Amino acid sequence: MNNDKILELQRVATDIRLGAVEAVYSAKSGHPGGALSSADIMACLYFSELNVNPQNPQDPKRDRFVLSKGHSCPALYAALALKGYFDRSELKRFRHVGSFAQGHPDMKSMKGVDMSAGSLGQGFSVACGMALAAKMDGKDYRTYAIIGDGESQEGQIWEATMFAAHYNLDNLCLIIDNNGLQIDGKVKDVMNTMPYASKFKAFGWNVISIDGHNIEEILNAFDEAKRAKGKPTVIIAKTIKGKGVSFMENQAGWHGKAPNEEQYNIALSELTEYKNSLGGNK
Amino acid sequence: MADKIATREAYGNALAEFGSVYRDVVVLDADLAEATKTIIFKKKFPERFFDCGIAENNMFCVAAGLSTAGKIPFASTFAMFAAGRSFDQIRNSIGYPHLNVKICATHAGISVGEDGATHQCNEDIALMRTIPGMVVINPSDAVEAKSAVEAAIKYNGPVYMRFGRLPISIINDNPDYKFEIGKAIKMADGNDVTIVANGMMVEEALIAREMLLAEGITASVINMHTVKPIDKETLIAEAQQTGAIVTSEEHNIIGGLGSAVAEALCEICPVPVVRHGVEDVFGKSGPAKELIEHFALNARGIVEKVKIAINLKNSR
Repeated sequence: MNNDKILELQRVATDIRLGAVEAVYSAKSGHPGGALSSADIMACLYFSELNVNPQNPQDPKRDRFVLSKGHSCPALYAALALKGYFDRSELKRFRHVGSFAQGHPDMKSMKGVDMSAGSLGQGFSVACGMALAAKMDGKDYRTYAIIGDGESQEGQIWEATMFAAHYNLDNLCLIIDNNGLQIDGKVKDVMNTMPYASKFKAFGWNVISIDGHNIEEILNAFDEAKRAKGKPTVIIAKTIKGKGVSFMENQAGWHGKAPNEEQYNIALSELTEYKNSLGGNK
Repeated sequence: MADKIATREAYGNALAEFGSVYRDVVVLDADLAEATKTIIFKKKFPERFFDCGIAENNMFCVAAGLSTAGKIPFASTFAMFAAGRSFDQIRNSIGYPHLNVKICATHAGISVGEDGATHQCNEDIALMRTIPGMVVINPSDAVEAKSAVEAAIKYNGPVYMRFGRLPISIINDNPDYKFEIGKAIKMADGNDVTIVANGMMVEEALIAREMLLAEGITASVINMHTVKPIDKETLIAEAQQTGAIVTSEEHNIIGGLGSAVAEALCEICPVPVVRHGVEDVFGKSGPAKELIEHFALNARGIVEKVKIAINLKNSR
């Protein structure tokens, strides 16, 4: 794979992390942990995989993306801002009265958001509906959704898992942000949802397991998903909650907490240092 | 009067009929197509019908997804499992983004009959009308059910429609009949009291009117098929004309039509409002007709409430 492209996506992912941390800091609330764990996937989606155009956000032919784990929206908003859907300054107004950067994604107010989400377990089903509509109309847009591993404790996730396989939605690609943590602790201690691969295989899915911070693996998985015919694909992306900010990594406590000023400055300097280490023109 | 027909039957027929005109209509069901009558559509348009299995929460969200791509999904199950089980899904994935999904719930109210309390949803109207932007319709017969389906297809936004299991009389088969979302229909005029009803209670209100006439009481009868948005204009005009209101619905007296009418009038034109319906209890098993008698969800029950309303008016 093209090394420049990987480096560029790593830079984008770091910019997404910087934007997400800035948004949560400005709001004095929000969910940094899951935003940081999903940043590399988000970078690959918006800057490589998705056929979308910020100049025509409602294009019926566009690929669809649903952030079912809506609380990770600081990463989504940062990606959309970088992509050019709106000005990056809005990230500083995250969760502020009057901002379209709502605490959870609102498709009615923010350009580029294909579905409002927040109540866990629902966005995945909505993505199934989007994929089904494409099948009905013979359209070739693809639909992507990210769920969390804590989210997969919701029964509705497994309703949608059945549905997508039953209707052979091979134009649907589900990504599990498998960071292993949720509010009350480790997913395996709170309510174990693993293993995912054998579960999804049993439901009739095409299963790909990857390192969710490895750009090359993410891009290859998207390609493989497109080649799988007759069944939907799930990409089980092993990730680190809080990835990129040392004191947030693998800490359940950073699921839904904003950094204070000192922590914020440390996070910024760590991420900036990493970005500089990638070199390049940014 | 023509033969009796259940509004769910009219719903299924309407879907099949309008399905050929409106090609974006898609129908979803949760293993109840035989009962909700979406099977009539399924037989005609199998490529636009999707059974979601017994998984209502997924079904309503799939409907939301379909609507974002320009489809007009009609998602059906029993009222209990639509408004009840899937309230969160309807609120967050259909109501909040104001998507063009039609939630069509059958087997509402105690007239479900033998299945009993677990399946007799007397709370659906209350739940649905608290969702901002949700249109809530409870048609009074097969003619109105069909008209409501077409109006819902033409209206862009979320709609909750309630259909019954029990065959009921046709009361709207007149050439002047016109259905408009949010516009009540005056079924009969009177000066002493106004009965505001919907669903199967409209026919009972008309029967009650006849019974009251024998006692020298003239009742105006309003068919309030749309609970939300409620027709305030008609309510104010009635309150001014008769000065006493009785609401009648096959629903808990808490939160449904009675509450909607009381809320509207007490803020603009306060007059006595007496609510007739299910008196904040659960249903029970039995043949529908016997249950209707048991819960006094009939003309007799309405007449009793009318007496209370007129006494209240006269003692002011």
